[in-house]
Amino acid sequence: MKKQKKISTILIYLVLILVTITMLFPFVWMLSSSLKLDKDIFTFPIQWIPKEPQWDNYKNIWTRIPLAIFIKNTAKITLIVTFLQLLTSSFAAYAFSKLHFKGKDILFMAYIATIAVPWQAYMVPQFIMMRSFGLNNTHLAIILLQAFSAFGVFMMRQFYQGIPDSLIEAARIDGMNDYQIYAKIMLPLSKPGLSTLTIFTFVNTWNDFLGPLLYLTRDNLKTIQIGLRMFITQYSAEYSLIMAASVVVLIPVLVVFLSLQKYFVQGVAATGVKG
Amino acid sequence: MEQIQKINKAAKKRKRKENLTAYSFIAPNFLGFAIFTLGPIIFAIILSFYKWDGSNPMEFIGFDNFTRMWGDSRVQAAFINTIVFVIGTVPLTLIFSLFLAVLLNKKIKGRNIFRTVSFFPYVASLVAVAAVWNMIFSPVNGPINEILKTLGMMDPPRWAADKNWAMVTIIFFSVWKQIGYYMVIFLAGLQGISEEMYEASELDGANSWQKFRNVTLPQLRPVTFFVMMMLTINSFKVYDQVYMITQGGPGTSTLVLVYEIYNTAFKNWDLGYSSAISMLLFVLVLLVTVFQFKGEKGFVNE
Repeated sequence: MKKQKKISTILIYLVLILVTITMLFPFVWMLSSSLKLDKDIFTFPIQWIPKEPQWDNYKNIWTRIPLAIFIKNTAKITLIVTFLQLLTSSFAAYAFSKLHFKGKDILFMAYIATIAVPWQAYMVPQFIMMRSFGLNNTHLAIILLQAFSAFGVFMMRQFYQGIPDSLIEAARIDGMNDYQIYAKIMLPLSKPGLSTLTIFTFVNTWNDFLGPLLYLTRDNLKTIQIGLRMFITQYSAEYSLIMAASVVVLIPVLVVFLSLQKYFVQGVAATGVKG
Repeated sequence: MEQIQKINKAAKKRKRKENLTAYSFIAPNFLGFAIFTLGPIIFAIILSFYKWDGSNPMEFIGFDNFTRMWGDSRVQAAFINTIVFVIGTVPLTLIFSLFLAVLLNKKIKGRNIFRTVSFFPYVASLVAVAAVWNMIFSPVNGPINEILKTLGMMDPPRWAADKNWAMVTIIFFSVWKQIGYYMVIFLAGLQGISEEMYEASELDGANSWQKFRNVTLPQLRPVTFFVMMMLTINSFKVYDQVYMITQGGPGTSTLVLVYEIYNTAFKNWDLGYSSAISMLLFVLVLLVTVFQFKGEKGFVNE
């Protein structure tokens, strides 16, 4: 029995190491290529650690494309969207989960129904509408179309369902009004839920491609994803610079993810999947 | 009598106050949601019955856009390719992410590191990883084909450049990219299964496989259903990776519905027709979702 256990542990580790290699191969290759000369990238067998690391690649990308502007634009949009998303969805979710009011079921159904509608199915009318508001080629357009997602409300509501009503009742007896209950009880208790929503929203907005592609055609407004894409199409043969820029683009998301991940599984556990 | 009226009045007043409080909580999100999501959805439905280029007056043409779609070979190709993509991606992602979640739910050393690593492709920028993907799967001198050659495969696939392999390449990429996300959802579901159920089945002498079949799978059914639904909806929306890896080619071998919606709208400015294709996508997703809900109910009733 003990021996059998040992074998199965070894097997599990073997599988996990295989998975890790598959998951990380592109990233390690990216990192390694970003420090090479273009002509050395495709040498085989793969030279994982470059003999003469080309640190200059990381200097050059900042002058070859306006990478700093792209990052600034993306950071601005992402921070505002994440903030609005967290605030408005946790606010609305409080009403959906803890208050009784007229039209609650219909309104909630409207939210749920739109989760199943692909954004791409209404992106064209949305674009025309934004254009008639004079919002194409503004960051505001991207912010407005990302900040009020049905998914966020749904997720936070599921999370709040897990917080006992008796807690709210007790607070009411203590004389708190609903705004105070939201701020002093619900928000502090929903850290895992908020962290999860932060990761989802941050990642989605930072990595959004089609939205900015439609709305932002001026170079000085572009986000990092379409900026990077533009760079790739313009300098398709300069592999190492492309890879260096890609590494830079990955770092912010990685930082956000690693700093919030301790709440992450816990957060997912308490939200979407309980149905 | 007067007393009762007073109480009634007070209750009504309280009720009204509660309604108003609730609306004040919902309003900020709902306003944005109604204007930027609900409005455009309704507009899209209307637009699919019109001919419009975005600047000249709209012209009502009834079902013409839909009958035109029927004979459009590009839409047909996009329709079939989207379904192929969904059928290829959904089961692969589902099985691999469940498998990985079960492994990473065991109490083993370093499991947090493995979890983080598996989640990493999901958070990584699509543009960046698609660029790498194009390079490592390059048919000429990419490392994948070099490795295949050293393993004795003399004529490795030409991946994105071959019309028979292009969709496979996109599917591989998508599975790799999203496995971590669904794994986390499964993981969360697994943590909701009580330890006692496993212990009970262990007492009955069940081995690992039996425990998986008799405890894990049934307990995980709601989560599996949720994952399958989200995964299917998301797969129908495939666009970004196609744009970055194959641009719909070679030929129309990876042309998908959203790609065609985008082209029709923003290249040809044929907005009514593009909305009609959107309706096709919408109805397709709706049908599959309803079908899945029915299937889930059938399961539960058995």
